[in-house]
Amino acid sequence: MTIAEKEEQIINEFRFFDDWMDKYNYIIDLGKSLPMIDEKLKTDSNLIKGCQSRVWLNADFDGNVITFTGDSDAVITKGIANLLVRALSGHTPDEILNAELSFVDKIGLKEHLSPTRSNGLVSMIKQMKLYALAYKTKASLKS
Amino acid sequence: MNTIAVNKSFDVATVRKDFPILNVEVHGNPLVYFDNAATTQKPQQVIDTLNDYYRRYNSNVHRGVHYLSQVATDAYEEARLKVSKLLNASSSAEIIFTRGTTESINLIAFSFGEVFIHEGDEIIISTIEHHSNIVPWQLLCQRKKAVLKVIPVLDNGVLDLEAYRGLFSEHTKLVAVGHISNALGTVNPIAEMIATAHAHQVPVLIDGAQGLPHGKVDVQSLDCDFYCFSGHKMYGPTGIGGFYGRMSLLEQMPPYQSGGEMIQDVSFACTTFNEVPYKFEAGTPNIADAIGLATAIEYLEKVGWDAIAKYEQELLRYATEKLTLEGGITIIGTAPDKASLISFLIDGVHPLDAGTIIDHFGIAIRTGNHCAQPLMDRFGITGTIRASFAFYNTFEEIDRLMAAIRKVKQMFL
Repeated sequence: MTIAEKEEQIINEFRFFDDWMDKYNYIIDLGKSLPMIDEKLKTDSNLIKGCQSRVWLNADFDGNVITFTGDSDAVITKGIANLLVRALSGHTPDEILNAELSFVDKIGLKEHLSPTRSNGLVSMIKQMKLYALAYKTKASLKS
Repeated sequence: MNTIAVNKSFDVATVRKDFPILNVEVHGNPLVYFDNAATTQKPQQVIDTLNDYYRRYNSNVHRGVHYLSQVATDAYEEARLKVSKLLNASSSAEIIFTRGTTESINLIAFSFGEVFIHEGDEIIISTIEHHSNIVPWQLLCQRKKAVLKVIPVLDNGVLDLEAYRGLFSEHTKLVAVGHISNALGTVNPIAEMIATAHAHQVPVLIDGAQGLPHGKVDVQSLDCDFYCFSGHKMYGPTGIGGFYGRMSLLEQMPPYQSGGEMIQDVSFACTTFNEVPYKFEAGTPNIADAIGLATAIEYLEKVGWDAIAKYEQELLRYATEKLTLEGGITIIGTAPDKASLISFLIDGVHPLDAGTIIDHFGIAIRTGNHCAQPLMDRFGITGTIRASFAFYNTFEEIDRLMAAIRKVKQMFL
């Protein structure tokens, strides 16, 4: 599945909710139920400091695709981080660099990605793209 | 089920009519504004003053011989006088207008620091300070190779005064403490703390950003040396604030910024500076907002400082009791003397998660570290939920907050 297809899938899941509380309950479930990152990987170097909540992000590159795992101390942040990981994980650096991630806006969670929110999610996306750029550069140097 | 007695003597319904923003709807709910420690809303009277200034007498001050300049200058200086009376300064020249508390502290840290702080000197601050009353002193200490000493805080959010007394040495040159903690609501015993410092001949700066909104301050009876404040936290416009400074110190302090207004004579060989307060107000000042601040002070006097203080304490007591009865809530900061502000945690819920849901009920509260990270570290937390009340808030609004908190618990626990 391409990133765009995954984004479409997420948008469809959220179409189901007409009430904001149902939507947040779903995000809270996503944030609560999924162990997203190995505790050992919650290191300072994987920590993205938001002013309000903390986000951990780990990236592994197998030479072809990047696998992301992440976590947050706030449940809603973690739920949204989960969606971002789902959209971008398992894709090549190029695909990740070109991803628009417009689904966040379309499911009505844009405010969570505003820089003033400082929940760490804006930095998380930036960090995911930076990993993609770094792995792409590394791969091109090898070949 | 409301078993807590409430104060019906304050006519909050009438007061609320003066604040047009209170009619705004947020996420389909009537706004409940509980972020007053961040900034307060403005009464129509202040909005009218700003409008009136720009429509009728906008003009630069202190330089024009023309009529409008005179009107604007009179109104601007009248505003200074108004502030000086509110603070009971001995002269209006002891009031310097700035953009707010942060700029006031930076000005003093630079200007006072330039003359009075030298290598090896010590400055005392406290653990419960806002970053604005920490970082300017840190930078000053770095510049001057001086040392920052910190008053510890007790578990209930009260400053450890015994430790404070022990911090003084022959090298102590300044104490800089907040009047009221923006993160916990603790009212510090500043009169006592000033007396202690003065016994060591050490001047004291009070960060009054959270103090002045809750009551009049008498700088002469407090005997403080600097008192800094922000207009926007006391129902005035943003971008205006200032500080009181003891004249004998102000006269010895060099200018902070330079340019127009603050000079007396300029030649390429030598410039002489204007007198206090103008030597600290370089450039065209924030005329409109200073006049707007004067209107805010008039408005507060009309509502009545005593009535405001009494009603705000009722709101605080009501909210404290409701939160305590609710259970599963930890109040951070339980000092016996508190301003109308409560920091708390919903046990097991991250403050940001709680804040996000509470916002959807149209309730504006603050979450996070409240620009007081060292204090959060002291309590071993990363942040709190803070509800801060003003005299236009109601008991019913606190009930709405409680309902939202119960919803948060349902959703997360």
